[in-house]
Amino acid sequence: MTDAGQQPPRRRPAAEPAQRSQPAGSAEPTDWLQPTDLPGTADGPGRVDRAGQGSHRRHHRREAGPLLEDHPGPHAAPPDRFLEVRDLRVRFPTHDGLVRSVDGLSFGLERGRTLGIVGESGSGKSVTSLAIMGLHEKTGAKISGEIWLDGEELLGMSSEEVRQRRGQKMAMIFQDPLSSLHPYYKVGDQIIEAYRIHVDATKKQARKHAIDLLGRVGIPQPAKRVDDYPHQFSGGMRQRAMIAMALSCDPSLLIADEPTTALDVTVQAEILDLIRDLQSEFGSAVIIITHDLGVVAELADTILVMYAGRGAEYGSAEDIFHRPQHPYTWGLLGSMPRLDRTGAERLIPIPGTPPSLIRMPPGCAFHPRCRYEELNGGLSSTEVPAMIEAEPGHQVACHLPVETRRRIWETEIKPQLAGERTEAR
Amino acid sequence: MIAYIIRRILVAILLMFIIIAVTFSIFFLVPRLAGASPDDLASRYVGRTAGAEQIHATAERLGFNDPLPVQYGRFVKGLVAGEDRDLGPITEHCPAPCFGYSYVTQSPVWPELLDRLPVTISLAAGAAVLWLFGGVTIGIISAQRRGTVFDRASMGVALAGVSMPIFFTGLLLLTIFSYKLGLTAPGGSYTPFQVNPARWAYDLILPWVALAFLYAAGYARLTRAGMLETMNEDYIRTARAKGLPERRVVLKHGLRSTLTPIVTIFGLDLGLLLGGAILTESTFSLPGIGKYAVDAVTNNDLPKVLGVTLVAAFFVIFASLVVDILYAVIDPQVRLG
Repeated sequence: MTDAGQQPPRRRPAAEPAQRSQPAGSAEPTDWLQPTDLPGTADGPGRVDRAGQGSHRRHHRREAGPLLEDHPGPHAAPPDRFLEVRDLRVRFPTHDGLVRSVDGLSFGLERGRTLGIVGESGSGKSVTSLAIMGLHEKTGAKISGEIWLDGEELLGMSSEEVRQRRGQKMAMIFQDPLSSLHPYYKVGDQIIEAYRIHVDATKKQARKHAIDLLGRVGIPQPAKRVDDYPHQFSGGMRQRAMIAMALSCDPSLLIADEPTTALDVTVQAEILDLIRDLQSEFGSAVIIITHDLGVVAELADTILVMYAGRGAEYGSAEDIFHRPQHPYTWGLLGSMPRLDRTGAERLIPIPGTPPSLIRMPPGCAFHPRCRYEELNGGLSSTEVPAMIEAEPGHQVACHLPVETRRRIWETEIKPQLAGERTEAR
Repeated sequence: MIAYIIRRILVAILLMFIIIAVTFSIFFLVPRLAGASPDDLASRYVGRTAGAEQIHATAERLGFNDPLPVQYGRFVKGLVAGEDRDLGPITEHCPAPCFGYSYVTQSPVWPELLDRLPVTISLAAGAAVLWLFGGVTIGIISAQRRGTVFDRASMGVALAGVSMPIFFTGLLLLTIFSYKLGLTAPGGSYTPFQVNPARWAYDLILPWVALAFLYAAGYARLTRAGMLETMNEDYIRTARAKGLPERRVVLKHGLRSTLTPIVTIFGLDLGLLLGGAILTESTFSLPGIGKYAVDAVTNNDLPKVLGVTLVAAFFVIFASLVVDILYAVIDPQVRLG
């Protein structure tokens, strides 16, 4: 494959928007803070010790260390960010050919912040998160690149080393809470198991911890419900229990893979609120994976838009919602239903379908569906566009000149989204 | 939970009575419908040389001339409470459950069955332990090493296991291990457990292996298929995401779901075997219920056949009752139903 132009964003300034972005508003972010100055980071004042066991737990946490020197590779410099993914590639050899699920993806995340990864089905969102969790074992996946978590490189570790970090340093909640909880074990026992595998606690302590967690995620009568089975919980409560389980060892990274997709609309907002509240309480870094821009609009500080296994656009929520520069992001915004537009207007779908991950189109993977592909003289169909910083902290993988993209956004897309011109293409 | 168990027990009792009625009909009503007179039935109970007079008297004494409902009532009463029967010079007591008297030995069937029950239970229980642990273990390993030499070899052996009849594997084992190598007891050996446990196991090891081989093959295939399916479930991914060691993921989270259907089948298989492992007992000449049934059929000894039929039916019903209750314990989702 041609990846000549594909460059991972090394040494990107670690700047993040200071405030939670408000996509509905119009204020430009003017002040940029170092994230360590923010309250609620992992070891900051936002951290809460639970049941007096905080120091106990910290004692069991592994220190980062000698592994860094051992790990070979051209990018072995320890990153300055808490999570740093560099040039990640995940491929699955199949009978039909090599499936390139993730194809040279790079991004980073600071402690206590939220990253939204957005894209269609098959864009590689979930595969990326499973790669971070080390859950591709036994699937035959071929993984390359680097994943740095808190100064440790995960892909170079043995599976046992990664296992010890799973559930403790990094935890994950999944799309369908019913099928993700074991139907034959009590909810409490499943949380207790997650806790005791990493923390040296007695059954009684772990049970108390599980009840405490269930209460904190909003399960009523947690001391009673701890002995319920998953089928006795409602959908929303199951997802709350999943979150409690994921948070049982106080992970510094929480990955939520479509956490609200399988839930009722009314419950979705509750779960998102819960994730936000717990994040400020626990100070975890959070990755929210979704196909729903509305979800990341609520939660994310930074957003990575993925298309066909590659990054399309990466920036603050402000950037993505108010100054998007990638034609695919425009398409996503256009196909997002919004209440502030009148009912008579139609959504604007992206024409065509996502490409086959086995036979990817040459050049930019999006070019067969792109309306503006002709504007740069056929470059899009021959060369893969690199993720290039268009503004500080805002990267776009598109061959169109920055000025052209700004112009299209301001004159064409923005008015369209605002509802002034709504005819579907 | 209690209501569920009580309901299941009541259903089981009802089922048992239906089976008793059907069995009675087959043994007493059908011959009458087919044209057999009470004297024909009674002729089974007397010697070959008996005259018509004697046969008629026997039929009268055994109540074959009574209306069928009366006979049925007496039959059920005998099953529940036992029966005293006037045999001419002496009155013999037939203890409950009274299935009647053997045509051949003239003695009540139930005590004879009781004598043979330990043999059948020993055979079935020992084999069940072997095949359950063997089959499930091989199934798990095969699923974990799908496509490897171990997987292919064990599934090949499993196919052979389900295909080969017990009188073939049994005779093969006897020939090699008993008669050629002299390592195990020859056919026909049985020592009660309470007499000498070591000898008991020594005598039964070949029948156990032969019977277990047949069943283990099926259980290995079942476990393998179940594990392959379960290990793709979302909750297995959750278990891995917690950071559980793979061994625990497989043995605790994976096996738990796979075992549920296996327990069901295991209970029914065991219940069926307790009603007599006919082929195994015949092959190894073990004096169990299966052998007893074969002898009964060979001699046209209807009361014995009746007894074995009802005892076997009882074991199957009892086993499925236990399975139903056990199911409520292993699968929490059943309890509400």
